[in-house]
Amino acid sequence: MAGHSASLASASAQEAVRRALTGQRINLGQVWFQALLLGCLVVALGILVSLLADVIQLGGGMLVERGVDFLTSNTSSNPAIAGVGQGIFGSLLIIFFVVTVAFPIGIGAAIYLEEYARDTRLTRLLNAAIRNLAGVPAIVYGLLGLGIFVLALSWFTGGRSVVAGGLTMAALVMPIVVITTAEALRAVPQSIREAGFGVGATKWEVIRHHVLPYAAPGIFTGSILTISRAFGETAPLVLAGGVLGGFAAPPGKGIVETLQGPYTALPLIIFNWAREPSDAFRQLSAAAIIVLLLIILLLNGAAILLRNRFERAW
Amino acid sequence: MSVQTRPEERAIDIRPTPDLLPSQDGAHQTLAQPAEAVFKLTNLSCWYGSFRAVKDMDLEIGVQRITSIIGPSGTGKSTLLRSFNRMNDLIEGAHVTGTVTYHGVDLYAPEVDAVEVRRRIGMVFQKPNPFPKTIYENVAFGPRVGGMKGKKKLDEVVEESLRRAALWDEVKDKLGSLGTALSGGQQQRLCIARAIAVQPDVILMDEPCSALDPIATLRIEELMWELKQNYTIVIVTHNMQQAARASDETVFLTMGEDRAGYLVEKGPTAQIFTNPQNRLTEDYVSGRFG
Repeated sequence: MAGHSASLASASAQEAVRRALTGQRINLGQVWFQALLLGCLVVALGILVSLLADVIQLGGGMLVERGVDFLTSNTSSNPAIAGVGQGIFGSLLIIFFVVTVAFPIGIGAAIYLEEYARDTRLTRLLNAAIRNLAGVPAIVYGLLGLGIFVLALSWFTGGRSVVAGGLTMAALVMPIVVITTAEALRAVPQSIREAGFGVGATKWEVIRHHVLPYAAPGIFTGSILTISRAFGETAPLVLAGGVLGGFAAPPGKGIVETLQGPYTALPLIIFNWAREPSDAFRQLSAAAIIVLLLIILLLNGAAILLRNRFERAW
Repeated sequence: MSVQTRPEERAIDIRPTPDLLPSQDGAHQTLAQPAEAVFKLTNLSCWYGSFRAVKDMDLEIGVQRITSIIGPSGTGKSTLLRSFNRMNDLIEGAHVTGTVTYHGVDLYAPEVDAVEVRRRIGMVFQKPNPFPKTIYENVAFGPRVGGMKGKKKLDEVVEESLRRAALWDEVKDKLGSLGTALSGGQQQRLCIARAIAVQPDVILMDEPCSALDPIATLRIEELMWELKQNYTIVIVTHNMQQAARASDETVFLTMGEDRAGYLVEKGPTAQIFTNPQNRLTEDYVSGRFG
C-alpha cells in the first residue's frame, strides 16, 4: 500500500521534473552572442581567404606554367624568364645564419635563465627585457643591422652583404628563441628534476640527461616556427642591404666573396616585383608569394607534426 | 682481550652490546634497545625566506628502522624530511638554522657536497615520478652518474634493484618499455628501485602511497618491512593507519601560533598510538583533530 502511494507520488514528481527540464524557452541573448562570435570568425577568415584567392588567381596560373623553371631561374628584367632561384638561395643562407648564430646563443641563454640564474630582481628584469625585445618592430632591427653589421662591422661582413642580412635576422629572432626555449624548459616538471637530484646527479647531469631531452621537442617546434618567421621577414633586409638581382654567385666566385657580396631574399623579390607597374611582374610577384606561403606552410606543418608526435603527458 | 682473563670476565667481554647487533629480523627488533642514530637534529629550523616552516627541532632517527613522521597538513613534515638530504637546497630562499648531522657529520657544513649527500640518502616522492625513459634506464641512471660502467654490471644492479623493489617479475620481459607506462603502484615501486639502485644508506619517503590504491599501498608497506633490513627508512605520511602499521617509531608534529611546525612527541609507534604522553598527540591519533 505504502509502496503504491509512493510510486504514485513519484509518478507525479517525475512529471513535474519532465516539465521543468523540457521547457523550450529560447535564450535570445545567448543566440545573439553566438551569432556575433560566428560573425567575427567569418570576417577574420573571409579576409584571409579573399587575399589568398586573389594571390592564387593572379599568380597560380603562371606558377603552374613555369613550374620548376620559376623556382630555379635568376631574377631578370624580362618577366618571361624571371624566377626566384636567387631569392630562395639567399633566404636559405639567411636561415643558415639564424640556425648557426641565433639558435645556439638563444637556447644557451634560455637554459641559463631557467636552470641556473637565481630568481633575483635582475633576472626578472632581464626576462621582461627579452619579452619586450621580441615585440620590437622588425624595422628597428633593420636599423640596428644597418648601423652595426653593414656599417660598423663592414670589414667583416663586407657591407651590404648576406652576412650582414643573416646576422640582422639572427638578432631579430634571438629573443623569440630564448622565449620559446624557456617555455619548453619550464614545461618539464620540477618533480623530474628532483628525481634526478634524488639519485645523486649533478645539476649538469640532470639538465643533460633529463631536462634538455624532454624539452627538446618543444625547442625544435619553436625553432621551426622561428625559421618560418625569418623566412618571411622583409623590413630588416631592406635596410640591411638586400638588393634585387645583384646576387649572381657565378661558378668562379669563392665562398667568402659570395657571403660578403650583394644578396637578395624571397620576400625582397616579392617586394620589388610588386612595385613594378607591369601586369607581368604583378603576376610574378603573386607567384613568388605562393612559393613563400608554401614554404612557410610546410615549415609550420612540420612543427605541428613534431609537436603532436612528441607531445608528453606528465 | 688477553687470554689470561678469568672465565666470568671473558664471558662478559665477548658478549656484543645489544645495539651493535645486526638486526637479523628487523620486524621484530625490540625497540627498547637504544639504536645508533643516523640523523641527529639539534635546534633545527627550516626557513623559506623569512617564513619558518619547522622550528627548534631536536630529534634522533635510529638506524635500520622505519620512522614515520605524522601530523596535520602544513606542519612542515615534508620540509623536515627534505632537510635530511638537502633537497630543500633546490628551492629558492630555503635554508636551515641549527644542525642536522648524518652519522655525526654536519650535513650543512660548507665543505659538504649535496650531490654526495643525496647519493647516500635516497628519496621517494609523493607522486610517482619515473623518468619518461625505459624501465631499465630509470634504474640505471643513478648508478651510471655514480660512475658505474659496463653493461654487465649495470644489468646486475638493475635486476637486483627491481627484485628488491618487488617489481622484477612484473617487468623483467619489458625492461625496454617506458617507465611512465606502468600503473601507479608499479611506477612507485620503480621509483623505489631507482632509489635503491645507488645503494643508499637511508631512504626518505614523502607520502609514497598518497597517490596509490589500497592494494598498491599494502605492497609498498610490505616492501618497506623488507627494505628495513638493509636501510634506514624515514617516511612522511598523512595516513595514520599507515604509520601505525608500517613503522617502528613515530614522530608527531603540529603547528604553533606562528604557523611553524614543531615536534610534539616522538616514541615507539605502539606507544604513540596506544599510550601517547602528550595531550595533542592523543587528540590527533584518536582523530579529534587534524
